[in-house]
Amino acid sequence: MARRKFDSKALAKGLFSILVFLVLWEIGSRSKTWITAEAFSGFREALGALGFNKNYLPWVGAIPAPSEVVVAWGKVIVDPGYWQSWWMSGARVGGGFFAAMLVGIPFGLALAVSRTAHGIGFPVFELLRPIPPLAWVPASIIFWPTQELSIAFVTFLGAFYTIVINVVGGARSIDVRYFQAAQSMGSSKADIFRRVILPGTLPSIVVGSAVGMGITWEVVVAAEMISGGGSQSGGTSGGGLGFFIWNSYVGGSYEQIVVGMISIGIAGFISSELLRHFGKYITPWLRLR
Amino acid sequence: MTDNHVPRPVVASGEIAVRGVSKSYGEAHLSREVVKDCDFTIERGKLTVMIGPSGCGKSTLIRLLAGFEFPDRGQILLDGQPIKGPSRDRLVVFQESALFPWMTTWENILYGPRARGELNAQALEFAEFLLNKVGLREFRHKYPTQLSGGMQRRAELARAMINNPQIMILDEPFRGLDAMTKELMWEYYANLYEESGRTNFFVTTDIDEAVFLADRLLIMTNIPTQVRAVIEVDVPRPRRLADMVTSDRANAVKMEALAILHEEAMKSFSRGSKAAADFVEAYARRSAKA
Repeated sequence: MARRKFDSKALAKGLFSILVFLVLWEIGSRSKTWITAEAFSGFREALGALGFNKNYLPWVGAIPAPSEVVVAWGKVIVDPGYWQSWWMSGARVGGGFFAAMLVGIPFGLALAVSRTAHGIGFPVFELLRPIPPLAWVPASIIFWPTQELSIAFVTFLGAFYTIVINVVGGARSIDVRYFQAAQSMGSSKADIFRRVILPGTLPSIVVGSAVGMGITWEVVVAAEMISGGGSQSGGTSGGGLGFFIWNSYVGGSYEQIVVGMISIGIAGFISSELLRHFGKYITPWLRLR
Repeated sequence: MTDNHVPRPVVASGEIAVRGVSKSYGEAHLSREVVKDCDFTIERGKLTVMIGPSGCGKSTLIRLLAGFEFPDRGQILLDGQPIKGPSRDRLVVFQESALFPWMTTWENILYGPRARGELNAQALEFAEFLLNKVGLREFRHKYPTQLSGGMQRRAELARAMINNPQIMILDEPFRGLDAMTKELMWEYYANLYEESGRTNFFVTTDIDEAVFLADRLLIMTNIPTQVRAVIEVDVPRPRRLADMVTSDRANAVKMEALAILHEEAMKSFSRGSKAAADFVEAYARRSAKA
Protein backbone atom coordinates (compact mmCIF):
# COMPACT_ATOMS: atom_id res chain seq x y z
CA MET A 1 0.00 0.00 0.00
CA ALA A 2 3.01 2.23 0.43
CA ARG A 3 3.64 4.35 -2.61
CA ARG A 4 6.24 2.86 -4.86
CA LYS A 5 9.61 4.41 -4.26
CA PHE A 6 11.39 6.19 -7.02
CA ASP A 7 12.99 3.38 -8.97
CA SER A 8 16.64 4.34 -9.49
CA LYS A 9 17.43 1.01 -11.16
CA ALA A 10 14.84 1.56 -13.85
CA LEU A 11 16.17 5.07 -14.39
CA ALA A 12 19.72 3.74 -14.77
CA LYS A 13 18.55 1.17 -17.29
CA GLY A 14 16.68 3.82 -19.24
CA LEU A 15 19.67 6.17 -19.35
CA PHE A 16 21.93 3.31 -20.35
CA SER A 17 19.69 2.34 -23.25
CA ILE A 18 19.55 5.94 -24.49
CA LEU A 19 23.35 6.19 -24.23
CA VAL A 20 23.86 2.99 -26.23
CA PHE A 21 21.44 4.26 -28.84
CA LEU A 22 23.33 7.58 -29.17
CA VAL A 23 26.70 5.84 -29.43
CA LEU A 24 25.48 3.49 -32.19
CA TRP A 25 23.94 6.43 -33.99
CA GLU A 26 27.17 8.43 -33.76
CA ILE A 27 29.18 5.48 -35.08
CA GLY A 28 26.71 4.86 -37.88
CA SER A 29 26.74 8.48 -38.87
CA ARG A 30 30.53 8.82 -38.80
CA SER A 31 30.87 5.72 -40.94
CA LYS A 32 30.27 7.94 -43.96
CA THR A 33 33.83 9.29 -43.60
CA TRP A 34 35.32 5.87 -43.02
CA ILE A 35 33.62 4.41 -46.04
CA THR A 36 35.66 6.60 -48.36
CA ALA A 37 38.81 4.70 -47.27
CA GLU A 38 40.46 2.49 -49.83
CA ALA A 39 39.78 -0.67 -47.81
CA PHE A 40 36.05 -0.26 -48.42
CA SER A 41 36.18 0.16 -52.19
CA GLY A 42 34.68 -3.27 -52.80
CA PHE A 43 31.87 -2.52 -50.38
CA ARG A 44 31.23 0.83 -52.14
CA GLU A 45 30.95 -0.93 -55.48
CA ALA A 46 28.50 -3.39 -53.98
CA LEU A 47 26.37 -0.52 -52.60
CA GLY A 48 26.46 1.20 -55.94
CA ALA A 49 25.39 -2.01 -57.69
CA LEU A 50 22.44 -2.24 -55.34
CA GLY A 51 21.39 1.27 -56.26
CA PHE A 52 22.48 3.09 -53.08
CA ASN A 53 24.57 6.21 -52.84
CA LYS A 54 28.16 4.98 -52.88
CA ASN A 55 29.37 7.52 -50.38
CA TYR A 56 26.96 6.67 -47.56
CA LEU A 57 26.12 3.62 -45.56
CA PRO A 58 22.44 3.08 -46.38
CA TRP A 59 20.10 5.06 -44.08
CA VAL A 60 22.26 5.68 -41.07
CA GLY A 61 25.19 7.23 -42.85
CA ALA A 62 22.99 9.89 -44.39
CA ILE A 63 21.71 11.10 -41.02
CA PRO A 64 23.61 13.79 -39.13
CA ALA A 65 25.47 12.53 -36.07
CA PRO A 66 24.12 13.29 -32.59
CA SER A 67 27.12 15.50 -31.91
CA GLU A 68 26.24 17.65 -34.92
CA VAL A 69 22.60 17.68 -33.87
CA VAL A 70 23.56 18.94 -30.42
CA VAL A 71 25.56 21.76 -31.99
CA ALA A 72 22.63 22.69 -34.23
CA TRP A 73 20.31 22.53 -31.26
CA GLY A 74 22.56 24.89 -29.36
CA LYS A 75 22.08 27.39 -32.16
CA VAL A 76 18.28 27.17 -32.42
CA ILE A 77 17.70 27.07 -28.70
CA VAL A 78 18.40 30.80 -28.50
CA ASP A 79 16.19 31.46 -31.51
CA PRO A 80 12.73 32.63 -30.32
CA GLY A 81 11.28 31.20 -33.54
CA TYR A 82 12.13 27.69 -32.35
CA TRP A 83 10.24 28.19 -29.10
CA GLN A 84 7.45 29.80 -31.04
CA SER A 85 7.21 26.53 -33.00
CA TRP A 86 6.90 24.62 -29.73
CA TRP A 87 4.24 26.95 -28.54
CA MET A 88 2.23 26.85 -31.75
CA SER A 89 2.25 23.06 -32.08
CA GLY A 90 1.51 22.74 -28.37
CA ALA A 91 -1.40 25.15 -28.62
CA ARG A 92 -2.82 23.31 -31.63
CA VAL A 93 -2.48 19.94 -29.93
CA GLY A 94 -3.91 21.28 -26.68
CA GLY A 95 -6.79 23.05 -28.41
CA GLY A 96 -7.70 20.14 -30.66
CA PHE A 97 -7.32 17.63 -27.85
CA PHE A 98 -9.46 19.51 -25.33
CA ALA A 99 -12.10 20.15 -27.96
CA ALA A 100 -12.08 16.41 -28.69
CA MET A 101 -12.55 15.63 -24.98
CA LEU A 102 -15.24 18.26 -24.60
CA VAL A 103 -17.25 16.90 -27.53
CA GLY A 104 -16.14 13.26 -27.49
CA ILE A 105 -16.84 12.33 -23.86
CA PRO A 106 -20.47 13.55 -23.76
CA PHE A 107 -21.07 12.17 -27.24
CA GLY A 108 -19.62 8.78 -26.30
CA LEU A 109 -21.64 8.66 -23.08
CA ALA A 110 -24.80 9.54 -24.99
CA LEU A 111 -24.13 6.76 -27.50
CA ALA A 112 -23.58 4.33 -24.63
CA VAL A 113 -26.62 5.11 -22.47
CA SER A 114 -29.28 6.07 -24.99
CA ARG A 115 -30.53 3.64 -27.59
CA THR A 116 -31.96 6.54 -29.58
CA ALA A 117 -28.70 8.45 -29.60
CA HIS A 118 -26.91 5.28 -30.61
CA GLY A 119 -29.37 4.57 -33.41
CA ILE A 120 -29.05 8.08 -34.83
CA GLY A 121 -25.44 8.92 -34.10
CA PHE A 122 -23.52 5.72 -34.46
CA PRO A 123 -24.00 4.97 -38.19
CA VAL A 124 -22.76 8.44 -39.18
CA PHE A 125 -19.90 8.15 -36.73
CA GLU A 126 -18.88 4.79 -38.11
CA LEU A 127 -19.11 6.11 -41.66
CA LEU A 128 -16.78 9.03 -40.95
CA ARG A 129 -14.38 7.20 -38.65
CA PRO A 130 -12.40 5.30 -41.33
CA ILE A 131 -11.52 8.60 -43.06
CA PRO A 132 -7.98 9.43 -41.88
CA PRO A 133 -7.76 12.88 -40.27
CA LEU A 134 -5.17 13.95 -42.83
CA ALA A 135 -7.63 13.33 -45.66
CA TRP A 136 -9.63 16.16 -44.09
CA VAL A 137 -6.83 18.71 -44.56
CA PRO A 138 -7.90 20.13 -47.94
CA ALA A 139 -11.58 20.14 -47.02
CA SER A 140 -10.94 21.84 -43.70
CA ILE A 141 -8.69 24.48 -45.29
CA ILE A 142 -11.61 25.32 -47.57
CA PHE A 143 -14.19 25.10 -44.83
CA TRP A 144 -12.60 26.95 -41.92
CA PRO A 145 -12.01 30.69 -42.15
CA THR A 146 -8.42 30.64 -40.86
CA GLN A 147 -5.60 28.22 -41.38
CA GLU A 148 -5.16 28.00 -37.64
CA LEU A 149 -8.71 26.70 -37.22
CA SER A 150 -8.32 24.19 -40.02
CA ILE A 151 -5.21 22.70 -38.39
CA ALA A 152 -6.92 22.60 -35.01
CA PHE A 153 -9.90 20.87 -36.59
CA VAL A 154 -7.77 18.14 -38.13
CA THR A 155 -6.02 17.70 -34.79
CA PHE A 156 -9.39 17.49 -33.11
CA LEU A 157 -10.46 14.67 -35.45
CA GLY A 158 -7.31 12.72 -34.61
CA ALA A 159 -8.26 12.46 -30.93
CA PHE A 160 -12.04 12.54 -31.27
CA TYR A 161 -12.67 9.07 -32.75
CA THR A 162 -10.38 7.32 -30.31
CA ILE A 163 -11.94 9.04 -27.31
CA VAL A 164 -15.50 8.29 -28.42
CA ILE A 165 -14.77 4.63 -29.15
CA ASN A 166 -13.13 4.20 -25.76
CA VAL A 167 -15.93 5.93 -23.88
CA VAL A 168 -18.61 3.83 -25.57
CA GLY A 169 -16.67 0.61 -25.00
CA GLY A 170 -15.90 1.52 -21.39
CA ALA A 171 -19.46 2.44 -20.48
CA ARG A 172 -20.82 -0.70 -22.14
CA SER A 173 -18.46 -3.02 -20.32
CA ILE A 174 -19.54 -1.93 -16.84
CA ASP A 175 -20.63 -5.05 -14.94
CA VAL A 176 -24.42 -5.41 -14.99
CA ARG A 177 -24.36 -6.29 -11.27
CA TYR A 178 -23.34 -2.71 -10.45
CA PHE A 179 -26.51 -1.48 -12.12
CA GLN A 180 -28.61 -4.12 -10.40
CA ALA A 181 -27.11 -3.30 -7.02
CA ALA A 182 -27.63 0.43 -7.55
CA GLN A 183 -31.22 -0.08 -8.67
CA SER A 184 -31.99 -2.29 -5.69
CA MET A 185 -30.66 0.32 -3.31
CA GLY A 186 -33.04 2.89 -4.72
CA SER A 187 -30.86 4.81 -7.19
CA SER A 188 -32.61 6.95 -9.77
CA LYS A 189 -31.43 6.95 -13.38
CA ALA A 190 -29.61 10.25 -12.91
CA ASP A 191 -27.97 8.92 -9.75
CA ILE A 192 -26.84 5.73 -11.54
CA PHE A 193 -25.41 7.83 -14.34
CA ARG A 194 -23.50 10.08 -11.97
CA ARG A 195 -22.27 7.49 -9.47
CA VAL A 196 -21.98 4.30 -11.53
CA ILE A 197 -21.66 5.02 -15.25
CA LEU A 198 -19.40 8.07 -14.95
CA PRO A 199 -16.81 6.63 -12.55
CA GLY A 200 -17.09 3.24 -14.25
CA THR A 201 -16.17 4.81 -17.59
CA LEU A 202 -13.39 7.01 -16.21
CA PRO A 203 -10.57 4.46 -16.69
CA SER A 204 -11.54 4.05 -20.35
CA ILE A 205 -11.69 7.82 -20.77
CA VAL A 206 -8.14 8.05 -19.43
CA VAL A 207 -6.89 5.33 -21.77
CA GLY A 208 -8.72 6.81 -24.75
CA SER A 209 -7.28 10.24 -24.01
CA ALA A 210 -3.73 8.93 -23.76
CA VAL A 211 -4.03 7.17 -27.12
CA GLY A 212 -5.82 10.19 -28.58
CA MET A 213 -3.03 12.49 -27.40
CA GLY A 214 -0.47 10.40 -29.28
CA ILE A 215 -2.50 10.56 -32.48
CA THR A 216 -2.92 14.31 -32.03
CA TRP A 217 0.84 14.85 -32.20
CA GLU A 218 1.10 12.69 -35.32
CA VAL A 219 -1.66 14.62 -36.98
CA VAL A 220 -0.56 18.13 -36.04
CA VAL A 221 2.93 17.63 -37.46
CA ALA A 222 1.63 16.31 -40.77
CA ALA A 223 -1.02 19.00 -40.98
CA GLU A 224 1.60 21.70 -40.42
CA MET A 225 3.81 20.28 -43.12
CA ILE A 226 0.95 20.11 -45.61
CA SER A 227 -0.58 23.47 -44.90
CA GLY A 228 2.66 25.39 -44.57
CA GLY A 229 2.13 25.85 -40.89
CA GLY A 230 0.20 29.05 -41.10
CA SER A 231 3.45 30.89 -41.46
CA GLN A 232 3.15 33.79 -43.84
CA SER A 233 6.59 35.18 -43.18
CA GLY A 234 8.58 32.10 -44.16
CA GLY A 235 11.74 31.05 -42.38
CA THR A 236 11.77 28.81 -39.35
CA SER A 237 9.70 31.12 -37.21
CA GLY A 238 6.13 30.65 -36.19
CA GLY A 239 5.00 27.59 -38.09
CA GLY A 240 4.97 24.88 -35.48
CA LEU A 241 7.36 21.96 -35.09
CA GLY A 242 6.07 20.14 -38.18
CA PHE A 243 6.72 23.19 -40.29
CA PHE A 244 10.08 23.63 -38.55
CA ILE A 245 11.10 20.19 -39.81
CA TRP A 246 9.77 20.77 -43.27
CA ASN A 247 11.43 24.15 -43.52
CA SER A 248 14.76 22.70 -42.36
CA TYR A 249 14.46 20.06 -45.07
CA VAL A 250 13.73 22.65 -47.74
CA GLY A 251 16.58 24.80 -46.45
CA GLY A 252 18.96 21.83 -46.47
CA SER A 253 19.69 21.99 -42.76
CA TYR A 254 19.60 18.30 -41.97
CA GLU A 255 20.76 18.70 -38.38
CA GLN A 256 17.71 20.86 -37.73
CA ILE A 257 15.42 18.15 -39.11
CA VAL A 258 16.65 15.86 -36.38
CA VAL A 259 16.37 18.65 -33.80
CA GLY A 260 12.73 19.06 -34.82
CA MET A 261 12.08 15.31 -34.66
CA ILE A 262 13.54 14.98 -31.20
CA SER A 263 11.65 18.07 -30.06
CA ILE A 264 8.39 16.42 -31.09
CA GLY A 265 9.43 13.25 -29.28
CA ILE A 266 10.03 15.25 -26.11
CA ALA A 267 6.80 17.22 -26.49
CA GLY A 268 4.81 14.01 -27.01
CA PHE A 269 6.46 12.40 -23.99
CA ILE A 270 5.73 15.39 -21.76
CA SER A 271 2.07 15.52 -22.76
CA SER A 272 1.62 11.75 -22.25
CA GLU A 273 3.28 11.96 -18.82
CA LEU A 274 1.06 14.85 -17.77
CA LEU A 275 -1.98 12.95 -18.93
CA ARG A 276 -0.89 9.77 -17.19
CA HIS A 277 -0.42 11.59 -13.91
CA PHE A 278 -3.74 13.33 -14.19
CA GLY A 279 -5.35 10.00 -15.07
CA LYS A 280 -3.91 8.35 -11.98
CA TYR A 281 -5.07 11.25 -9.88
CA ILE A 282 -8.70 10.97 -11.00
CA THR A 283 -8.83 7.15 -10.78
CA PRO A 284 -7.25 6.54 -7.36
CA TRP A 285 -8.91 3.13 -6.99
CA LEU A 286 -6.80 1.76 -9.84
CA ARG A 287 -3.45 2.80 -8.43
CA LEU A 288 -4.02 1.72 -4.81
CA ARG A 289 -3.78 -2.01 -4.49
CA MET B 1 -19.01 -4.52 19.54
CA THR B 2 -19.07 -1.74 22.12
CA ASP B 3 -21.62 0.15 20.07
CA ASN B 4 -24.46 -2.27 20.66
CA HIS B 5 -26.55 0.46 22.24
CA VAL B 6 -26.94 2.34 18.96
CA PRO B 7 -30.65 2.57 18.24
CA ARG B 8 -31.06 0.54 15.08
CA PRO B 9 -34.13 0.81 12.91
CA VAL B 10 -36.65 -1.89 13.75
CA VAL B 11 -36.35 -4.75 11.29
CA ALA B 12 -39.58 -5.54 9.51
CA SER B 13 -39.06 -9.01 8.11
CA GLY B 14 -40.86 -10.01 4.97
CA GLU B 15 -42.13 -13.31 3.68
CA ILE B 16 -41.85 -14.32 0.05
CA ALA B 17 -44.19 -16.77 -1.63
CA VAL B 18 -43.20 -18.25 -4.97
CA ARG B 19 -46.26 -19.68 -6.67
CA GLY B 20 -46.08 -21.83 -9.83
CA VAL B 21 -43.26 -19.79 -11.33
CA SER B 22 -41.78 -20.71 -14.72
CA LYS B 23 -39.11 -18.94 -16.71
CA SER B 24 -37.63 -19.72 -20.13
CA TYR B 25 -34.82 -18.11 -22.09
CA GLY B 26 -34.38 -17.94 -25.84
CA GLU B 27 -36.75 -17.66 -28.74
CA ALA B 28 -39.27 -20.20 -30.02
CA HIS B 29 -37.74 -23.63 -30.68
CA LEU B 30 -34.40 -22.63 -29.14
CA SER B 31 -36.15 -21.74 -25.91
CA ARG B 32 -34.95 -23.50 -22.79
CA GLU B 33 -37.00 -23.74 -19.64
CA VAL B 34 -34.84 -22.92 -16.65
CA VAL B 35 -37.45 -22.75 -13.90
CA LYS B 36 -40.58 -24.89 -14.10
CA ASP B 37 -43.68 -24.72 -11.90
CA CYS B 38 -41.59 -23.72 -8.93
CA ASP B 39 -43.33 -23.42 -5.57
CA PHE B 40 -41.83 -22.48 -2.25
CA THR B 41 -42.04 -20.06 0.62
CA ILE B 42 -39.27 -18.06 2.21
CA GLU B 43 -40.60 -17.92 5.74
CA ARG B 44 -40.58 -14.78 7.82
CA GLY B 45 -37.55 -14.33 10.06
CA LYS B 46 -35.98 -17.61 9.01
CA LEU B 47 -32.78 -18.39 7.18
CA THR B 48 -33.78 -20.40 4.15
CA VAL B 49 -30.97 -22.04 2.21
CA MET B 50 -31.41 -23.22 -1.34
CA ILE B 51 -29.02 -25.88 -2.58
CA GLY B 52 -28.81 -27.51 -5.95
CA PRO B 53 -26.33 -28.45 -8.64
CA SER B 54 -24.56 -25.52 -10.28
CA GLY B 55 -26.26 -24.32 -13.42
CA CYS B 56 -29.64 -25.61 -12.22
CA GLY B 57 -31.32 -22.21 -12.36
CA LYS B 58 -30.74 -20.86 -8.86
CA SER B 59 -29.34 -17.59 -10.14
CA THR B 60 -32.37 -17.19 -12.38
CA LEU B 61 -34.62 -17.56 -9.35
CA ILE B 62 -32.60 -14.88 -7.58
CA ARG B 63 -33.01 -12.47 -10.49
CA LEU B 64 -36.75 -13.11 -10.34
CA LEU B 65 -36.91 -12.60 -6.56
CA ALA B 66 -34.89 -9.38 -6.83
CA GLY B 67 -37.15 -8.10 -9.58
CA PHE B 68 -34.43 -7.75 -12.23
CA GLU B 69 -36.50 -10.10 -14.39
CA PHE B 70 -40.08 -11.32 -14.37
CA PRO B 71 -41.52 -14.85 -14.50
CA ASP B 72 -43.25 -16.11 -17.65
CA ARG B 73 -45.91 -17.82 -15.56
CA GLY B 74 -46.88 -17.83 -11.91
CA GLN B 75 -46.22 -15.09 -9.40
CA ILE B 76 -43.89 -14.02 -6.65
CA LEU B 77 -45.45 -12.31 -3.66
CA LEU B 78 -43.78 -10.29 -0.93
CA ASP B 79 -46.14 -10.22 2.04
CA GLY B 80 -49.00 -10.87 -0.38
CA GLN B 81 -48.03 -8.13 -2.85
CA PRO B 82 -46.68 -9.08 -6.28
CA ILE B 83 -43.06 -8.00 -6.93
CA LYS B 84 -42.90 -5.16 -9.43
CA GLY B 85 -39.17 -4.54 -9.82
CA PRO B 86 -35.93 -4.07 -7.92
CA SER B 87 -36.39 -2.49 -4.53
CA ARG B 88 -34.50 -1.86 -1.33
CA ASP B 89 -36.80 -4.26 0.52
CA ARG B 90 -35.12 -7.23 -1.24
CA LEU B 91 -31.39 -6.70 -1.40
CA VAL B 92 -29.05 -9.07 -3.19
CA VAL B 93 -25.50 -9.84 -2.11
CA PHE B 94 -23.90 -11.11 -5.28
CA GLN B 95 -21.52 -13.92 -6.16
CA GLU B 96 -18.04 -12.52 -5.89
CA SER B 97 -17.99 -8.85 -5.01
CA ALA B 98 -20.26 -6.24 -6.53
CA LEU B 99 -18.86 -3.41 -4.41
CA PHE B 100 -18.30 -0.32 -6.50
CA PRO B 101 -14.54 -0.36 -7.14
CA TRP B 102 -14.40 3.45 -7.41
CA MET B 103 -15.79 3.97 -3.92
CA THR B 104 -14.15 3.43 -0.56
CA THR B 105 -15.66 1.04 1.98
CA TRP B 106 -17.39 3.95 3.69
CA GLU B 107 -18.81 5.39 0.45
CA ASN B 108 -19.98 1.94 -0.59
CA ILE B 109 -21.83 1.41 2.67
CA LEU B 110 -23.48 4.82 2.35
CA TYR B 111 -24.51 4.24 -1.26
CA GLY B 112 -28.13 3.35 -0.51
CA PRO B 113 -28.98 6.18 1.91
CA ARG B 114 -27.29 8.71 -0.39
CA ALA B 115 -29.17 7.38 -3.42
CA ARG B 116 -32.48 7.90 -1.67
CA GLY B 117 -31.51 11.27 -0.19
CA GLU B 118 -31.63 9.86 3.34
CA LEU B 119 -28.11 10.76 4.34
CA ASN B 120 -28.92 12.10 7.80
CA ALA B 121 -27.32 11.80 11.22
CA GLN B 122 -29.18 8.59 11.95
CA ALA B 123 -27.97 6.97 8.74
CA LEU B 124 -24.38 8.01 9.47
CA GLU B 125 -24.65 6.59 12.97
CA PHE B 126 -26.05 3.33 11.64
CA ALA B 127 -23.29 3.17 9.00
CA GLU B 128 -20.71 3.66 11.71
CA PHE B 129 -22.32 0.90 13.75
CA LEU B 130 -22.33 -1.50 10.79
CA LEU B 131 -18.75 -0.66 9.90
CA ASN B 132 -17.70 -1.70 13.39
CA LYS B 133 -19.98 -4.69 13.26
CA VAL B 134 -18.28 -6.06 10.16
CA GLY B 135 -14.89 -5.19 11.61
CA LEU B 136 -13.79 -2.78 8.92
CA ARG B 137 -13.32 0.41 10.91
CA GLU B 138 -9.63 0.52 10.05
CA PHE B 139 -10.50 -0.01 6.38
CA ARG B 140 -13.04 2.77 6.08
CA HIS B 141 -11.07 4.72 3.48
CA LYS B 142 -9.76 1.73 1.53
CA TYR B 143 -10.98 0.83 -1.92
CA PRO B 144 -12.39 -2.69 -2.54
CA THR B 145 -9.22 -3.79 -4.35
CA GLN B 146 -7.31 -3.03 -1.15
CA LEU B 147 -9.49 -5.40 0.88
CA SER B 148 -9.14 -9.17 1.16
CA GLY B 149 -11.86 -11.42 -0.23
CA GLY B 150 -13.43 -11.92 3.20
CA MET B 151 -13.40 -8.19 3.94
CA GLN B 152 -15.08 -7.46 0.63
CA ARG B 153 -17.94 -9.83 1.47
CA ARG B 154 -18.33 -8.24 4.89
CA ALA B 155 -18.36 -4.76 3.39
CA GLU B 156 -21.02 -5.94 1.00
CA LEU B 157 -23.11 -7.34 3.85
CA ALA B 158 -22.90 -3.95 5.55
CA ARG B 159 -23.81 -2.13 2.34
CA ALA B 160 -26.94 -4.28 2.08
CA MET B 161 -27.90 -4.13 5.77
CA ILE B 162 -27.84 -0.34 6.01
CA ASN B 163 -30.87 -0.28 3.71
CA ASN B 164 -32.69 -2.33 6.30
CA PRO B 165 -34.23 -4.67 3.75
CA GLN B 166 -37.13 -6.93 4.66
CA ILE B 167 -35.28 -9.78 3.02
CA MET B 168 -31.60 -10.34 2.35
CA ILE B 169 -30.90 -12.49 -0.70
CA LEU B 170 -27.42 -13.96 -0.93
CA ASP B 171 -26.23 -15.60 -4.13
CA GLU B 172 -23.31 -17.88 -3.24
CA PRO B 173 -21.68 -14.98 -1.40
CA PHE B 174 -18.72 -16.94 -0.07
CA ARG B 175 -17.81 -18.67 -3.28
CA GLY B 176 -14.16 -18.32 -4.19
CA LEU B 177 -12.96 -17.74 -0.64
CA ASP B 178 -10.35 -20.10 0.76
CA ALA B 179 -11.58 -22.81 3.15
CA MET B 180 -10.43 -21.08 6.35
CA THR B 181 -11.93 -17.70 5.47
CA LYS B 182 -15.08 -19.39 4.32
CA GLU B 183 -15.65 -21.14 7.64
CA LEU B 184 -14.98 -17.90 9.49
CA MET B 185 -17.49 -16.15 7.27
CA TRP B 186 -20.13 -18.82 8.02
CA GLU B 187 -19.90 -18.22 11.74
CA TYR B 188 -19.74 -14.51 11.19
CA TYR B 189 -22.73 -14.43 8.91
CA ALA B 190 -24.74 -16.80 11.13
CA ASN B 191 -24.05 -14.44 14.01
CA LEU B 192 -25.29 -11.42 12.02
CA TYR B 193 -28.42 -13.32 11.10
CA GLU B 194 -29.10 -14.47 14.64
CA GLU B 195 -28.81 -10.90 15.92
CA SER B 196 -31.02 -9.32 13.28
CA GLY B 197 -33.80 -11.91 13.07
CA ARG B 198 -34.32 -10.78 9.51
CA THR B 199 -35.62 -13.04 6.74
CA ASN B 200 -32.62 -14.40 4.82
CA PHE B 201 -32.48 -16.36 1.60
CA PHE B 202 -29.13 -17.95 0.93
CA VAL B 203 -28.20 -19.83 -2.24
CA THR B 204 -25.28 -22.22 -2.33
CA THR B 205 -23.86 -25.38 -3.87
CA ASP B 206 -21.91 -26.29 -0.74
CA ILE B 207 -23.64 -28.88 1.46
CA ASP B 208 -21.62 -28.09 4.60
CA GLU B 209 -22.38 -24.40 4.25
CA ALA B 210 -26.05 -25.20 3.70
CA VAL B 211 -26.47 -27.43 6.73
CA PHE B 212 -24.54 -25.13 9.02
CA LEU B 213 -26.54 -22.03 8.11
CA ALA B 214 -30.05 -23.24 7.34
CA ASP B 215 -33.24 -23.15 9.34
CA ARG B 216 -34.91 -24.60 6.30
CA LEU B 217 -33.13 -26.34 3.47
CA LEU B 218 -34.65 -26.28 -0.01
CA ILE B 219 -33.15 -28.93 -2.26
CA MET B 220 -33.58 -28.18 -5.94
CA THR B 221 -33.83 -30.48 -8.92
CA ASN B 222 -31.55 -30.05 -11.89
CA ILE B 223 -32.63 -27.79 -14.74
CA PRO B 224 -35.53 -26.94 -15.23
CA THR B 225 -35.48 -26.37 -11.52
CA GLN B 226 -38.14 -27.12 -8.94
CA VAL B 227 -38.06 -27.72 -5.22
CA ARG B 228 -37.36 -31.41 -4.77
CA ALA B 229 -37.41 -31.54 -0.98
CA VAL B 230 -37.61 -29.31 2.08
CA ILE B 231 -35.69 -30.26 5.23
CA GLU B 232 -36.16 -28.43 8.52
CA VAL B 233 -32.74 -28.14 10.12
CA ASP B 234 -33.85 -28.11 13.77
CA VAL B 235 -30.40 -27.68 15.26
CA PRO B 236 -30.47 -25.04 18.02
CA ARG B 237 -28.81 -21.66 17.60
CA PRO B 238 -26.32 -20.20 18.15
CA ARG B 239 -24.42 -22.85 16.24
CA ARG B 240 -20.69 -23.39 16.24
CA LEU B 241 -18.84 -25.26 13.53
CA ALA B 242 -17.25 -27.62 16.03
CA ASP B 243 -20.67 -28.55 17.46
CA MET B 244 -22.11 -29.15 14.01
CA VAL B 245 -19.49 -31.79 13.22
CA THR B 246 -20.50 -33.82 16.26
CA SER B 247 -24.22 -33.07 16.11
CA ASP B 248 -26.16 -36.21 15.17
CA ARG B 249 -29.04 -34.17 13.85
CA ALA B 250 -26.80 -32.07 11.60
CA ASN B 251 -25.14 -35.18 10.21
CA ALA B 252 -28.48 -36.86 9.62
CA VAL B 253 -29.68 -33.80 7.70
CA LYS B 254 -26.51 -33.81 5.67
CA MET B 255 -26.87 -37.47 4.76
CA GLU B 256 -30.49 -37.02 3.84
CA ALA B 257 -29.72 -34.02 1.67
CA LEU B 258 -26.82 -35.75 -0.01
CA ALA B 259 -28.95 -38.77 -0.81
CA ILE B 260 -31.53 -36.58 -2.53
CA LEU B 261 -28.91 -34.52 -4.37
CA HIS B 262 -27.21 -37.67 -5.55
CA GLU B 263 -30.47 -39.14 -6.80
CA GLU B 264 -31.22 -35.89 -8.59
CA ALA B 265 -27.84 -35.90 -10.25
CA MET B 266 -28.19 -39.55 -11.29
CA LYS B 267 -31.46 -38.72 -12.99
CA SER B 268 -29.92 -36.04 -15.18
CA PHE B 269 -26.83 -38.18 -15.57
CA SER B 270 -28.92 -40.86 -17.20
CA ARG B 271 -30.26 -38.19 -19.54
CA GLY B 272 -26.69 -37.62 -20.70
CA SER B 273 -25.83 -34.36 -19.01
CA LYS B 274 -22.14 -33.66 -18.68
CA ALA B 275 -22.70 -31.22 -15.82
CA ALA B 276 -24.54 -33.97 -13.98
CA ALA B 277 -21.65 -36.37 -14.48
CA ASP B 278 -19.33 -33.92 -12.69
CA PHE B 279 -21.93 -33.51 -10.03
CA VAL B 280 -22.35 -37.22 -9.39
CA GLU B 281 -18.64 -37.59 -9.07
CA ALA B 282 -18.27 -34.66 -6.69
CA TYR B 283 -21.09 -35.74 -4.41
CA ALA B 284 -20.10 -39.40 -4.44
CA ARG B 285 -16.78 -38.34 -2.98
CA ARG B 286 -18.46 -36.20 -0.39
CA SER B 287 -20.85 -38.94 0.78
CA ALA B 288 -18.01 -41.40 1.10
CA LYS B 289 -16.23 -38.93 3.35
CA ALA B 290 -19.31 -38.18 5.46
